[in-house]
Amino acid sequence: MTAPLAIQTETSATDTAPPAGASLPASTPENRWPARVVWGVALTAFILLWQFGKPVADWAFEVPRNWRIPAQRWISDAMRWLLDEASFGLFTFTDLTRFIAGAIEAPYRFILGLLSTGILDGRGSSATQLLPPLSWIAVIGVAMLIGHYAGGRRLAALVGGCFAFLAVFGQWSAAMVTLASILIAVPIGILGGLLLGLAAFRWRAVETALRPMLDLMQTVPVFAYLVPILFLFGFGPSSAIIATIVYALPPMTRISLLALRAVPEEAHELGRMTGCSKRQMTWRILVPSAMPGLMVGVNQVIMLSLNMVIIASMIGAGGLGFEVLAALRRLDIGAGFEAGLAIVALAIALDRLSQAFAARHPHHESAEERDRSIARRHPYLVSGVALIVVSTLAGLVSAPFQAYPEALQISSGTIGSDIVGWINVHFFDQLEAVKNALLLNLLIPFKRFLIGLPWIGVVGLLALAGFRLGGWRLALTAAALSALIALTGQWEKAMITVYLCGISVAIACLIGVPVGILAAGRERLWKAVELVIDTLQTLPSFVYLMPAVMLFRVGDFTAMIAVVAYAVAPAIRYTAYGLRRVDPHLVEAGIAAGATPWQLLTKVRLKLALPEILLGLNQTIMLALSMLVITALVGTRDLGQEVYIALTKADTGRGLVAGLAVAFIAIIADRLISAGAARLRVRLGLATAEEIR
Amino acid sequence: MQASATPSPPLSQAATNAAPAKLECRGVWKLFGSGAGTYSVGQPGAADSARLAAAGLVGAVRDVNLAVREGEIFVIMGLSGSGKSTLVRCLSRLVEPTAGEILFNGENLLAASDRRMIEIRRHSMGMVFQHFALLPHLSVLGNVAFPLEVQGIGRAAREDRARKMIELVGLGGREAFFPRELSGGQQQRVGIARSLAVEPELWFLDEPFSALDPLIRQEMQDEFMRLQSVLKKTIVFITHDFDEAIRLADRIAIMKDGAVVQLGTPEDLVMNPATDYVAEFTRNVTRAKVVRVASVMEAGAPAGDGAPTITATATVSQAAGLFSDRVAAVSVLGADGTPVGRLTRDAVINVLMLG
Repeated sequence: MTAPLAIQTETSATDTAPPAGASLPASTPENRWPARVVWGVALTAFILLWQFGKPVADWAFEVPRNWRIPAQRWISDAMRWLLDEASFGLFTFTDLTRFIAGAIEAPYRFILGLLSTGILDGRGSSATQLLPPLSWIAVIGVAMLIGHYAGGRRLAALVGGCFAFLAVFGQWSAAMVTLASILIAVPIGILGGLLLGLAAFRWRAVETALRPMLDLMQTVPVFAYLVPILFLFGFGPSSAIIATIVYALPPMTRISLLALRAVPEEAHELGRMTGCSKRQMTWRILVPSAMPGLMVGVNQVIMLSLNMVIIASMIGAGGLGFEVLAALRRLDIGAGFEAGLAIVALAIALDRLSQAFAARHPHHESAEERDRSIARRHPYLVSGVALIVVSTLAGLVSAPFQAYPEALQISSGTIGSDIVGWINVHFFDQLEAVKNALLLNLLIPFKRFLIGLPWIGVVGLLALAGFRLGGWRLALTAAALSALIALTGQWEKAMITVYLCGISVAIACLIGVPVGILAAGRERLWKAVELVIDTLQTLPSFVYLMPAVMLFRVGDFTAMIAVVAYAVAPAIRYTAYGLRRVDPHLVEAGIAAGATPWQLLTKVRLKLALPEILLGLNQTIMLALSMLVITALVGTRDLGQEVYIALTKADTGRGLVAGLAVAFIAIIADRLISAGAARLRVRLGLATAEEIR
Repeated sequence: MQASATPSPPLSQAATNAAPAKLECRGVWKLFGSGAGTYSVGQPGAADSARLAAAGLVGAVRDVNLAVREGEIFVIMGLSGSGKSTLVRCLSRLVEPTAGEILFNGENLLAASDRRMIEIRRHSMGMVFQHFALLPHLSVLGNVAFPLEVQGIGRAAREDRARKMIELVGLGGREAFFPRELSGGQQQRVGIARSLAVEPELWFLDEPFSALDPLIRQEMQDEFMRLQSVLKKTIVFITHDFDEAIRLADRIAIMKDGAVVQLGTPEDLVMNPATDYVAEFTRNVTRAKVVRVASVMEAGAPAGDGAPTITATATVSQAAGLFSDRVAAVSVLGADGTPVGRLTRDAVINVLMLG
């Protein structure tokens, strides 16, 4: 299964490449000033400021009131203006957004009718059903037919199994609501992403304008833009769908651009030599030629849309997300886990289907096939229609054919809660001891340390790191973004975010890197580990919260456990990938030189895999940050909490400012690490400076 | 920089000499670099490499003059980086030349509007690409019909025409196949059929056989010669393979560093290489396979009655097989079948001795 966020690595690596490459020519300051001297001086200055600066320069520790940028107020005012006053003459801005919401709602209602409610006449309780919804048999059958068409019997069985799981575990109706919103969000996301990608491909200026927008869309926590979306589009499924699209669109745009760029020059020339107009060039040559690449984007959109299911249910999506959220609120582990697994089942089915479609190649029909009757030429269409008609008629006669009989449903019931309860009864003291020891000796001291640092010093160190790794542009980016966090009054909360994120990432790496090393060389173990981390990454992040809360109650420690569980996957994955990609000839050379297995690991394999492992670290940080915002539900005090409070208070400005601060932290970390990885690759001789550029 | 005319032009050349120029290229330049637009190409010594380098420019095409005559196979040969691909893209205006004129049927292409260029490309030009450039989502039929579809020709008419082209290149029966179901040689046949679908007056082939295995390449060259004997197109053929060039060409332009170093018939190049660079290519060429009978025959009276005959455009190596103990001379026939002279055993042996 594709990791939902995997694309960020690739794109961010190329994003940051130019500044990284720019510093590489011989005249870099690095060659004039050895690293030890520069860092020694900088760190000494920093420690002096930290230890003795407080009485002299209080402003370095706490941003003075009159320096602060009232960004929250500006944003809130702008939002109010948009809502109350903005107008296009004939209609207001709100009219426009409500119109968009309506335009999305209509097809959604139709699909929902097909899958869940039946086609209705009228609204609310007075509605009468004109047509029943598709029966569960028809939906499973059609899904299996599509699976068979795209990938043969095995895929049909897998897809059928996933959908049957939904029915058997009593998640059917919720899953159909979720499926309906996915079926609306995904095509819009794909088309929107493709069109933006095409625009960026054709006009350089669009690309320049789009890049930072996409960066922000991918790093600002979703919670932060729920409020403005809610204001503009109203509570309900269309708002949820719009939030999902905003979240799932950036990777499609990036992948479209990459795929279009990868279309061979000869294809362009063919278009020009045959006298294609611009439109023919785009739709007849470029898009079809880029199709394999575009399908990767389609897969990403599907997976990211499913990631959003739970958060979207906060603004009225309903369905499986709502089930998880409700279970979380009443701490019902079993119900939450089942609904969570139902999301995973949907994800697996849709993921494999889209991948099978991507791998399909057109194949010519034989003459014999062409002469067949309609039924034999279109077996899938005909049997699909037949299945729907028969099952609908059967459903009218006998209820079990319409809805999966409740008597046959199974549920894990209270098993999950029972296990956690049992652990609590028998190991409460031990768990508390571990928790308290870690809290008192590691978490709290580290938190105090970070909060006590002078912000201006941290900004300076970040700028220096940026300069050393990627030159002036990176230095400026790092300094400007971190200074903005301070000047908008988010410094202390940002430091708490950094502390929680840092410790979680460190623990995730301590677990993930050794597991990755162990699994890399052992094929069967790797297959098992891969299955586990695939599931970990598909499982909705909320699911991790429940057992953590039940075992450790609310607080930073619980948040840390949940974040580690969610973010450990990329640490394992990239370590193993990196080690497996090391050139076997180099390993042979090491063995031939008489290296012990330990020397081989430390001096050859890990060293060459280091750039890859750094990218894994990058991904771990990104996942940790996105999970951290969700852990606000268990009472952290960081930026995530700020965003969450803003959501509950419907305060646009406050939420967006805190959300942007999270995004800035993510962008700084991403840029610095990518630049570091790129430099490392040059130093290890895995790429030349020109290639990196 | 053009080679001096050979003393006695072969008859076939004499025939094409009379043909008007289909495509003419006058003082064409293509410079890459930031100051390309302002560099004065008219100044004396402008093509000098050192001077270009000093201006921070790369001269991909430097002051090229040539004329492609109607019905001839004009080969542009050069190693990678010699500018041959850039030159052919200038000729078709896929790349915008920095300076010069390109006259197609007397019309300057560089002055043509975008709309006019689309018109010309749709109806008068065809191009075959090195890596085939087939559209993966279209069947063989769809690919070959593609240029007609772009023009908005109806389905029945364009597929009818495409089927004829597929038949012509020997792929009949595979219309419904998709490109990835075909071998490399078959894919290039599709590329050739597609480029011919619009019945172009001018046919560009950009290293069409370079991506193929040697055996398939030979087969495709034969196929290409067969097609040309039927179609009689005006052809600009790009290759980096000198053997391919002398095998196919009526005339060859050899390029180095963006400039044409010699332009002439295969025979001219082999017998009178203009520079050491050209001589380097021709050294290992078997002379008898290049030299035409017309160049070494004694013009005037034919050999005696009953002597075998050979056309003046045949190569000496083709003629060699006719000699035996009893045959010391063969009669040479002109293009119209009348005797124009005789070829003696000694003349043939002289050529064979050259290696």
